Amino acid sequence: MKMAQPAAIFEGAARVLAALLEARTGQALSEGRAWRMETALRPVLRQHKLADMDELAGRLTRKADPRLEEEVVNALLNNESSFFRDLQIFDMIHRQILPAIQAERSNRTLRIWSAGCSTGQEAYSLAIRLRNDAARWSGWRIEIMATDISTAAIDQARAGIFSQMDVQRGLAVGDLIKWFEPHGEDWRASAELRRMIDFRHDNLFDAKAPSGEYDLILCRNVLLYFSPERRQAVLRLLGRHSHARSVLLLGAGETVIGQGDDFTAHPEFRGAYVRQAALPEGTIGRTRLAG
Amino acid sequence: MKNCLVVDDSKVIRKVARHILESLDLSVTEAVDGQDALTQCEASAPDVVLLDWNMPVMSGMEFLQALTTAKMTARPKIIFCTTENGISHIKAAVEAGADEYVMKPFDRETLESKLVIVGVI
Ligand SMILES: C[S@@+](CC[C@H](N)C(=O)[O-])C[C@H]1O[C@@H](n2cnc3c(N)ncnc32)[C@H](O)[C@@H]1O
Repeated sequence: MKMAQPAAIFEGAARVLAALLEARTGQALSEGRAWRMETALRPVLRQHKLADMDELAGRLTRKADPRLEEEVVNALLNNESSFFRDLQIFDMIHRQILPAIQAERSNRTLRIWSAGCSTGQEAYSLAIRLRNDAARWSGWRIEIMATDISTAAIDQARAGIFSQMDVQRGLAVGDLIKWFEPHGEDWRASAELRRMIDFRHDNLFDAKAPSGEYDLILCRNVLLYFSPERRQAVLRLLGRHSHARSVLLLGAGETVIGQGDDFTAHPEFRGAYVRQAALPEGTIGRTRLAG
Repeated sequence: MKNCLVVDDSKVIRKVARHILESLDLSVTEAVDGQDALTQCEASAPDVVLLDWNMPVMSGMEFLQALTTAKMTARPKIIFCTTENGISHIKAAVEAGADEYVMKPFDRETLESKLVIVGVI
């Protein structure tokens, strides 16, 4: 995983802003991101009639301004996402993981958590696959909760409005026609799709939204921005909201290896993880799941 | 190596598309209009066609219609490519047999995701 940079390596205004981001979100500003800091903050500077980053840092240091802080944090977060990001993962969810969950759940309830959902593409991708497969899930209660610390991202996710650029990255044309409506120059997810997802503004380090256990948790491309200790803290939280057979999926370049002992590689699903405590010692492969 | 036939009357678009497709390890051939594309498809069927919608001589829509009766071993996947994003326009193309759709200007990531969706890469 890429190394995140502690705020202390930056100087002047950049250090103040990186520290704010770290304090509020646990995210260390990546070096690549630091380069683009000024560009990312330009709209905030303009909005508040501030000349440059120094003036912004000065304002933030002088007096607490939660609104301004929130805008700065939103601007500094990397919200990159796309529909069906890493298509193979969604194929595995669809062909293997969900059928396995379905086979072993007796209460006909499927609970999914998209942690660090950004503008919602991940959650919408799941909802689309589930709706396309409606017959299989008839009679099931499906709960999809999606959380993110960025208020701006959550607002956009909830509205379900995506640009042409967003929808053509990863969304199949059939799904676009079926599940989206033209919205000016943009596209809007259908009300049916939007109703399926509970978008919540929530911090992974002060989590209030999750409740109980989720059958499937996606926390993709989120951990890489955190320090090793913080990654462990997040995994501990995800572990607390997992049962013995819950499946955890991380981003393509992310792993739980070396991040505490809450999760371990899933015995069946490649690249997926399962709660460590769920595995009785000495059992391997499928028997672990059955155990 | 899989082959993509790029059909567009604009030389610039063909060049941009070629650059992206070659970086995705596809071999690329070019056609300047639907008629040219049809002749090439009959000679040697590509795996995928990146098809411009508005072309002189034979439009994208006419090409799709002609393709249904063309003598070919295997039908290529069709990604149609336009400057419009009207939903009726997209629906018409899909009904005429296009597998995917991409709006110009497109970037590498977009084209790559479409090629993954149609199963070419
Ligand atoms: C790069 S995006 C990944 C989006 C999506 N999961 C995907 O893979 O496409 C990372 C997201 O994590 C969110 N995030 C960062 N720190 C967070 C925190 N402490 N709590 C909740 N979300 C956080 C960011 O706001 C951002 O939207």
